[in-house]
Amino acid sequence: MNAIGENAMGVLPYAVAGWLFLMGCYGLATSRNLIHAVGCLAVCQASTYVLLLAIGYRRGGTAPVFSDVTPGSRPVVDPVVQALVLTDIVIGATVTALLLSLVIQIAKRHRTVDPDELSELRG
Amino acid sequence: MSVARLLPLIVAVPMFGAALLVGAGRRLPRHAAEVLGCVFSGGAAALALGALAATSGAAPRPAEWVGGWRPRHGAGVGIVLVGDPVGLGLAALVSVLVLASLAYAWRYFDEPPPRHAGSYPGLVLLFQAGMCGFALTGDLFNAFVFFELMGVVAYALTGYRVEEARPVQGALIFALVNSLGGYAALLGIGLLYARTGELGLAQIGARLDAHPGGPDPLLVAAFTLVAAGLLVKAAAVPFHFWLADAHAVAPTPVCMLLSGVMVELGLYGTARVYWTVFAGPGGIPGAAVHRALLVLGVLTALLGAVMCWLQRHLKRLLAYSTVAHTGVFLVGLATLGPRGTGGVVLYVLGHAGVKAALFACTGVLLDRYGSVDEHQLHGRARELPWVGGLFAVGGLALAGLPPFGTALGKAVVEEAAGGWATALCVAVSAATGGAVLRAAARVFLGLGARHPADAPAPGEEGGEETTGKDEEPETRGGLLSRIPDTMQVVPAVLLAGALAVGLLPGLRAAAGRAAAAFTDHRGYTASVLHGVPAPPAAGEPPDWSAAGILWGLLATALAVALALAAVRRPVPREAARWTVPLRRLHSGHAGDYVAWFLAGVTVLAALVL
Amino acid sequence: MSRRVRAWVLVLGGLGFAALFAAACAGLPHFGGDLHPYGDRAVRAALLRHTANAVASVNFDQRAFDTLGEESILFGAVLGTVVLLRQTRDENRRPPAPAPVAAPVRRYARLALPVTLLIGLYIVAHGQLSPGGGFQGGVVVATALHLLYIAVDYRALERIRPVGLYEVGDAAGEAAYLLVGTGALVAGAAFLANVLPYGTFNTLSSGGTVPVLNAAIGVEVACGVVVLLARFLDQAVEIEDPPADAPEGAAK
Repeated sequence: MNAIGENAMGVLPYAVAGWLFLMGCYGLATSRNLIHAVGCLAVCQASTYVLLLAIGYRRGGTAPVFSDVTPGSRPVVDPVVQALVLTDIVIGATVTALLLSLVIQIAKRHRTVDPDELSELRG
Repeated sequence: MSVARLLPLIVAVPMFGAALLVGAGRRLPRHAAEVLGCVFSGGAAALALGALAATSGAAPRPAEWVGGWRPRHGAGVGIVLVGDPVGLGLAALVSVLVLASLAYAWRYFDEPPPRHAGSYPGLVLLFQAGMCGFALTGDLFNAFVFFELMGVVAYALTGYRVEEARPVQGALIFALVNSLGGYAALLGIGLLYARTGELGLAQIGARLDAHPGGPDPLLVAAFTLVAAGLLVKAAAVPFHFWLADAHAVAPTPVCMLLSGVMVELGLYGTARVYWTVFAGPGGIPGAAVHRALLVLGVLTALLGAVMCWLQRHLKRLLAYSTVAHTGVFLVGLATLGPRGTGGVVLYVLGHAGVKAALFACTGVLLDRYGSVDEHQLHGRARELPWVGGLFAVGGLALAGLPPFGTALGKAVVEEAAGGWATALCVAVSAATGGAVLRAAARVFLGLGARHPADAPAPGEEGGEETTGKDEEPETRGGLLSRIPDTMQVVPAVLLAGALAVGLLPGLRAAAGRAAAAFTDHRGYTASVLHGVPAPPAAGEPPDWSAAGILWGLLATALAVALALAAVRRPVPREAARWTVPLRRLHSGHAGDYVAWFLAGVTVLAALVL
Repeated sequence: MSRRVRAWVLVLGGLGFAALFAAACAGLPHFGGDLHPYGDRAVRAALLRHTANAVASVNFDQRAFDTLGEESILFGAVLGTVVLLRQTRDENRRPPAPAPVAAPVRRYARLALPVTLLIGLYIVAHGQLSPGGGFQGGVVVATALHLLYIAVDYRALERIRPVGLYEVGDAAGEAAYLLVGTGALVAGAAFLANVLPYGTFNTLSSGGTVPVLNAAIGVEVACGVVVLLARFLDQAVEIEDPPADAPEGAAK
């Protein structure tokens, strides 16, 4: 790979994270369906997984689990970001569950899940 | 056992209480669940206050490495809890306010779902644990976890009354916007981790300081993203839109907590991250941060004050007054010095008592009359002189009447921030206090004319404003015929607390010391990483001044005058034309708020550059 | 705000964010780089404590306080869902009707159920040794139980799923984590300190408190997810909408 290609590869995973966040925001802002909006929020969160895992990657590294790898024999990726992403995923799943239960109740009370038609709170 | 060792218990005790309440919830009678809730929140309050009292001025930052992972030579793998006076003080304030909120809801609160008596106190205890953890942690990712804990529980509490249309909508907006802010903050935390390879506040700061020099784009982006996430919680313009929607619909005891402390914790987080991570030679220049906080603060204060004045829905009115005061707090923090910070500390203490008391009084109106609309309630609450008196005193305190803590905090912030800030503080205090007094005059005294369109006009539903009419009461068995004693005593106690903040000289000295320790970048790193006590340089404690008292009295007089002028004038049938764009901006549409969030990130970055 | 104004604000904000983030990316260390000081320390600490899975060591030992917060978020979200998806006063419950299940589906689900359950328990128990742990295994266990819904019907699921009991389990998991932490405090160490013997490297009993905390999380997650899904299934299967007009945009 030439130098430019290597440089581009060097930041590509981070750029993907930024792109995901922006696309999630775009979806959230223009959504016509609250269930879709909750999905878009999950896309925003996916950007944090990508960023953290990309930061923790080490070239040629394997999983930081030493039940079948002799310590020191191979490089391992950063275990801290993996733990952070695990925490992040659990947070994301629970927030999604809570948001969806709110959407269910909105569908019942407002008879719509289109955010443009929710008009109870203004000014 | 040392003070530091007990710090994790301030978080663990309410969590355990929540687990107990849920585990035994099906068998617990209701009053037992309520007693247990108060016992556990009170236990945490006692721990926090005890730790605060035991922390000496010579070693102001007891630090506990959870799991015993004390770092060697400044490098470790664990999470640290830091009991510096501001963090511990906030944990104590949170716990005391949770206790007050539970006492206020004592036996009156409608308690769905059936056979789950522990649900409500359980959620409130988890909320308390999240806020205390956020106040005490010295680790950036751990702060994100507790940020999310208080968020998740707050969304559920806001949407508690699912039978109605508004709460579920407000809770969803709250959840979407705050979660988005949290994820932006996490992106920023990731950037900082990539640069420094650390997660602890002190460690990141120390690593950054090893390479002094101007900030590069990565640091600016990291600061912007983390600060934007926290400023969403703090409801700074243009991240503030969710606040009124959420506060207007949450159950009253929850509003007391949201407005009284949760919003302020967002500000605390912003200032804490700045001072520990970015305030050193390798961080962001103070001038840039000053500019960013000042601009956002002024905008927040002005917009909040105008929107507050325009409301007729009492809970929304109080919510916007919180936005306005957030702006003043930001102006105080923007001074980036111990003096302004000390003023904010006192202001936050006083504001928490006053705002919680005002929400408590509004809750009485809601449960007695099924309405929180200023015009619909016109004169109806004449029979509640005690509540009316408390509401009016709250309005005066909000306007900055000495010797309330709000007036003291305001005076200190004014002096620290300089001349024009005085005008801003007086204007904000007069407008927000005036709005509360205007509502008090109409609702409790029946002054002024009735609203001409009190009979619902056709097409009103499509209007630009939210009225407070026809709200469901939160009490068991519908409208209250007699107001329970707890609902009348709690606001009085809270107001007395706000008064005490202004009167106790010991508290002023303590606030001065707390602010000095809080704004000491090097001292924090030395205490946390190396176990050096590093007491801050003693400064002059914040105190009353003649000018401050005069400005406070002037703001109060202005507020009274504004309120009287407003009730004397006939109520216009339609809102003034200049207010329409402002109202349209606050559309209750999550998509709009997300767009504003991105715009806000851009503005913040431009200000920090 | 009109859609056009919103689009403008969004475009301007998005461009600003993109510029900010792109500039930040340019300053990040290159992908795959070798500098991971915290990660290296975490691996050393994990090996010192005889925990083969370094991620489990970070989650349940070095940064166990994060996991306490995370567990409480799950606990709070489950409690919140119980409150938000309650049967309101204007709603009725309709008993679920038995539904026909295609024979191959039934056979597959019956076969998969015990296997899935076993895998879930294995993943919880081996969290300190191999990828997995209480969160992952707990979700698998909860999923296994719901295979009964696919294999038979909702009533069969309800028989093995007394929600009240699972709520107690959920709370017990949360309480157990806190009690392990407080136990260390009582023993004279710091909160959540790893006070148990570290055991032999790469065996089930290694890692000190890591497997204990893993088990507590496993119980909480399995029970919590069951309660969570029960509330959603209730809404989908049993609870009828308020008796106003016909639902239009009801959630699917």
